[in-house]
Amino acid sequence: MRVVRLGSETDFEGWRAAARALRAEAATPADVLWTVDGGQASLFPAETPQAPAGGEAGFKVSRAFVDLAGRVALHRSPERFDLLYRLLWRLEGTPRLLEIASDPDVSLALDMHSQVNRAAHKMKAFVRFRQVEAQDGADAFVAWFEPAHRVTEATAPFFTRRFANMAFSILTPDVCAHWDTRALSFTPGADPADAPAGDDLEAYWRTYFASTFNPARLRTGAMVREMPKRYWRNLPEASLIPEMTRAAGDRTTAMVEKAPTEPARRIVRAARTDMPTTPGDAPPSSLQAVAAGVDACRRCHLWRDATQGVAGEGPAGARLMIVGEQPGDQEDLAGRPFVGPAGQVFDRALAAAGVPRNETYVTNAVKHFKHQLRGKRRLHKTPETPEIEACRWWLDAERRLVRPRVIVAMGATAARAVLGKAAPIGKLRGQALQLEDQAQGVVTWHPSYLLRVPDAEAKARAEAEFIEDLRLAWSLTDRAA
Amino acid sequence: MAVLDLKQKLSILADAAKYDASCASSGAGKRDSTGGKGVGSTEGMGICHAYTPDGRCVSLLKILLTNYCIYDCAYCVNRVSSNTPRARFKVQEVVDLTLGFYKRNYIEGLFLSSGIIRNSDYTMEAMVAVARSLRADHDFRGYIHLKLIPEASVELTNQAALYADRVSINVELPREESLAAFAPEKDAGVIRKAMGAVRLGIEAGKEPARKTRPPKYAPAGQSTQMIIGADGASDGEILARSNTLYGNYGLRRVYYSAFSPIPDVAKSLPAQRPPLMREHRLYQADWLMRFYGFEMDEIVAPGEDLDLAIDPKLAWALRHRADFPVDVNTAARETLLRVPGLGTRSVDRMIAARRLTRLNLADVKRLARNIEKLKPFVVASDWSPGALAERADLRDRFAPPPQQLSLF
Repeated sequence: MRVVRLGSETDFEGWRAAARALRAEAATPADVLWTVDGGQASLFPAETPQAPAGGEAGFKVSRAFVDLAGRVALHRSPERFDLLYRLLWRLEGTPRLLEIASDPDVSLALDMHSQVNRAAHKMKAFVRFRQVEAQDGADAFVAWFEPAHRVTEATAPFFTRRFANMAFSILTPDVCAHWDTRALSFTPGADPADAPAGDDLEAYWRTYFASTFNPARLRTGAMVREMPKRYWRNLPEASLIPEMTRAAGDRTTAMVEKAPTEPARRIVRAARTDMPTTPGDAPPSSLQAVAAGVDACRRCHLWRDATQGVAGEGPAGARLMIVGEQPGDQEDLAGRPFVGPAGQVFDRALAAAGVPRNETYVTNAVKHFKHQLRGKRRLHKTPETPEIEACRWWLDAERRLVRPRVIVAMGATAARAVLGKAAPIGKLRGQALQLEDQAQGVVTWHPSYLLRVPDAEAKARAEAEFIEDLRLAWSLTDRAA
Repeated sequence: MAVLDLKQKLSILADAAKYDASCASSGAGKRDSTGGKGVGSTEGMGICHAYTPDGRCVSLLKILLTNYCIYDCAYCVNRVSSNTPRARFKVQEVVDLTLGFYKRNYIEGLFLSSGIIRNSDYTMEAMVAVARSLRADHDFRGYIHLKLIPEASVELTNQAALYADRVSINVELPREESLAAFAPEKDAGVIRKAMGAVRLGIEAGKEPARKTRPPKYAPAGQSTQMIIGADGASDGEILARSNTLYGNYGLRRVYYSAFSPIPDVAKSLPAQRPPLMREHRLYQADWLMRFYGFEMDEIVAPGEDLDLAIDPKLAWALRHRADFPVDVNTAARETLLRVPGLGTRSVDRMIAARRLTRLNLADVKRLARNIEKLKPFVVASDWSPGALAERADLRDRFAPPPQQLSLF
């Protein structure tokens, strides 16, 4: 039997050095007894195994094992060093042992690892500082805490990052951590009496704790699972829990059974007179009315999953109106037409054709974004005839109010809406068409079509045609005058 | 009227804020007070500093700036027509409480909301003033969650999002029609637009192609809350709504808050105990859609409710017996994720382990814990459920007796 005596309960480096040496000597796990200095006396004489001269024992373990072992060493289980040496021993034959989480040793180590992590997390959560006056008159804070595992040293840096400019001490039975705003130091374990007895703000914290509790939702099981009772004695708020729990039933019953009261007169509000009215069937008489009407429109079901109706944008007397298909994801969020990726293609083409966007009225055939959810993304869906027909009410109103000389319909949906019938873009594009309301029409590709054409040559051709058609439409606005 | 002291105000304004379910302090990324003048850090994962007997996490100082309110939302304890006691914090008082609590390690930060006083901008401005003072005057680097008022100006919303880690706007009710009935001053359209504007702000803040780093705009994203059980919406409608909300506005979370009896209830709503189990099932279904690859129509039909007695994944599995049992040694990840009792972590460990060894039932137990729930649905090297998977009373084995259904 080999007996190893480590320097302290958290002497991981000592374990590592001894384990490396024992491993090199082929000492089997059953032959090694791990003890800690100051622990119970052993029947066997202790030794400090020396790593073989010449450095490494020719045996390497993964970083993952060292990280895992470093955390498991903080566990309060007396078996922890033994388990770690057993794992180390087995790693030689099975280098990927740690990936077998179903293995009893690995499973146990992973459990201990997560218990240590949980203890560290609960330390971050449940340490309660009390303010004290430091010797130089500055404020300092002291906490008494009893961690479930030996995580104080490992967790102290969290507190120094959080309270970098605040002097504090965390006293525990194992070890005490001290931060003077410059350096972190540790001293041996302390006694609860070493910590301050109270803090004036605790009464406020207790008030908050009691007030933020909803007695109608009593679920003490969930509370105890997350805030185990072992922590309660050091939490100033926890002494309220029994009474809060006891009174919850009566408080809830009182709320449920109590009849509603009449509102007090002093707070009776002025009668509301500005209730929005559902827009009727009267045709809108201004572009503002169109915008308001579009946003409140229920002529088809598309409003339901959209953010807002997106009406056209541009001067009321514009000579050129350009109609697209429907708002996309970005347009739906921003409430403005052609601001997304297709809008950028559109703006570049307008610039290339010499058409000033601010002198044109830009709108869509359908005013709400039709889409389908794919995972977290909203994918465009082409509007169908009933939706286009329902929305013509608004496009017709815009045409009537703007009275453009020329209307450009981009894509099949817009062409259907503007011409009133299906129109093949490839055949009709590039020419002036006579529309019913005396305006001239031009049909062309939709900018988002240009984004989708896969073949580079076809794409370049379509882009050129798109610019050409916009230029034609702009020139028609002069000629038609 | 007697002057309220700070403790009384805190009591009133914490009580008034507690119906908001969110207390999350996660997702803000890494920062700390090193090199600064004040206190505070966030390291990605949220921390719950206490739990009240309702089982809810206390992570943030969750308070209203004031519970005076000119709105009359029937479901709200702070509606203008309620006889609840009223109070109002000064900006400095909230700042002092936040810092005082933070330095004692009671909280991760502040979640500030408010009743609407005078008008939306006036109220939003006061809330922004608190956040600005914490950040600018005190170099506070802890977590701040600000409730946005949808009608407030874009400038104020943007300021709020620059000081806050998370912002939220509550859609309040699953059905937009119910909002008109129960919250006459709130406008569902305005709420949607405000959430859309926040998403655009967050995305613009993440644009990588800029020379100078844009200021962080709500780095922990936005969330919302729906009250469950106040209007007649079915679970199917509720989940469809949250699906839309996740898709439209890139929300981090949709919170489901079981409608809870409030002191001085409005006449238009029945006083009832909160449907906590229903709330729990909705969260489970929400999780299945976001992390387990389930489509909404696999979980619940539009007009229907979830099974309260068993969880939605088990309910799905019982409806799809033909897909089971699955072999833990060969099944694909997405198939394993659909096995009742297996979580994402167990599945990932299972897949790693089976590359090196064949899994028997004892192995599965060490990986998954809840072996009884799993047994009818899996095959392992030494286990096949045989007749167990076919049993007609399989549901009854998992469903608790009816009288235990309530969480009370």
